[in-house]
Amino acid sequence: MKKFIISGLIFSFSLAFAVCPLAAQGGHESTNHETESEKFNASEFIIEHITDSHEWHILTKANGESVAIHLPIILYSKEKGLDIFSSKQLAHGRIHDGYMLVEEGDLSGKIVFVNESGEINEEKLPLDLSITKTVVGMLFAAIVGAILFISLARSYKKTGVSAPKGIQGILEPVVLFIRDDIARPNIGEDKYERYMPYLLSVFFFILINNLFGLIPAPPPFGANVTGNIALTGVLALCTFVITQFSGNKAYWRHTFATPGVPFWLLPIMIPVELIGLITKPFALMIRLFANITAGHIIVLSLICLIFIMESFAIVPVSVLFVIFMDCVELLVAFLQAYIFTLLSSLFIGLAMPEEHH
Amino acid sequence: MIFLSNSLISPGVGTIFWSTAIFLLFFFILAKFAWKPILNMIKQREETIKNSLDAAAQAREEVVKLKGDNEEILRKAKEEREIMLKEARDIRDKMMAEARDKASIEAEKLISKAKNDIELEKTKALSEIKDQVATLSVAIASKLIGEQLSKGAEQQKLIDKYLKDINVN
Repeated sequence: MKKFIISGLIFSFSLAFAVCPLAAQGGHESTNHETESEKFNASEFIIEHITDSHEWHILTKANGESVAIHLPIILYSKEKGLDIFSSKQLAHGRIHDGYMLVEEGDLSGKIVFVNESGEINEEKLPLDLSITKTVVGMLFAAIVGAILFISLARSYKKTGVSAPKGIQGILEPVVLFIRDDIARPNIGEDKYERYMPYLLSVFFFILINNLFGLIPAPPPFGANVTGNIALTGVLALCTFVITQFSGNKAYWRHTFATPGVPFWLLPIMIPVELIGLITKPFALMIRLFANITAGHIIVLSLICLIFIMESFAIVPVSVLFVIFMDCVELLVAFLQAYIFTLLSSLFIGLAMPEEHH
Repeated sequence: MIFLSNSLISPGVGTIFWSTAIFLLFFFILAKFAWKPILNMIKQREETIKNSLDAAAQAREEVVKLKGDNEEILRKAKEEREIMLKEARDIRDKMMAEARDKASIEAEKLISKAKNDIELEKTKALSEIKDQVATLSVAIASKLIGEQLSKGAEQQKLIDKYLKDINVN
């Protein structure tokens, strides 16, 4: 309960912080357009950093040339089949092989078909399975996590049942925490073991991605992976699927024929219950996405202050605030991984109520 | 308006695809090669610790029990010793009392017997003395009677002579 309060405080605090610079920055944006397009646009800068992208932007030189890692683009469409090429071909609005990367408007960031005369086909988009920034960050975190835990498992083979050693000393308390304080009380003493692999995977996947997202550079780090709604949606969907598959008779009876509810109320109650089923994973998805994205936005906004103010005087203030926010974000990284795992186990546990109720 | 930015909240198909693929791969690989051995080992270790602790507690209980048993045995032995000593003392006292009684009875018996013997001897001696005195008296009387019949002077001489004889005898 205490943890919820803390997270609530942090979340509201983060939101407050997120809104202030943005509000201040909104005014600037309008003036920016009126005066010079060369002037620093914080909104664009932040959005560029927190959204997914086909290239990994590192820096822009003084002469306007940008240094970036060009990630592979994988496209599929019925007409043209599978196409794989470097995102360099599409940089700066170039057209390659009838494809174009839209940079502005509703389709911003999407790859579209372009005909010979340069007209964009807005109706039909190719299936974009590109290895984007988010995918690279995610893959890197997954590989690091896999190596870490497989080596941990190996070390257990060596130490056997004796006292934990080395890396075990750091990771074992976390594993035990998930088992004894998350899975056991929420799922139940006799059923929790089946769900441990999923809960551990989801916890460490989120945690590693959160932490790697906080590290600003070099490229495999710093991607806003857990602040990507597609990833949080997939994780929430996994929890949803597992929850529904572990639902017992009592759970389904409660959903479709809630005990104690008059028969004529069921047509109203069933949709309500179904909405209830969906809101749970939806909340999981939004919570993680919003928290992590908000954190990135705050940190970036604080850095943007320097460029908006165009003054060295603001540098220490900005740096101090960024350091402070990074500490908070470090806490949030653990907290969000914990909350996601806790709520997942809670939902799974709720799907298996005691039969005699 | 930043939160309504299209690219931020609309999930891309590719990202969904790769997220699913990467996460499921991560999950299945770790479930097989990491979580299973790790959780098993932790469980095994916990069981080992639990068993060891149980064994230790049992051993401690046994020690306590043994100690109690020992004390009990010691206490019983002491009690028994006390009883035995008391019995021995009683027997001794009894024996001494008995011996004392017996001795006094014996002594009394002896004394009464001696008294009887003395009495007997005394009467015997008295009767013997009586006999002797009677005989002597008769003898003396007969002698006296015999001399008197002859002469007075001679009689005196005779008495002296007999007395001498008695003395010599």
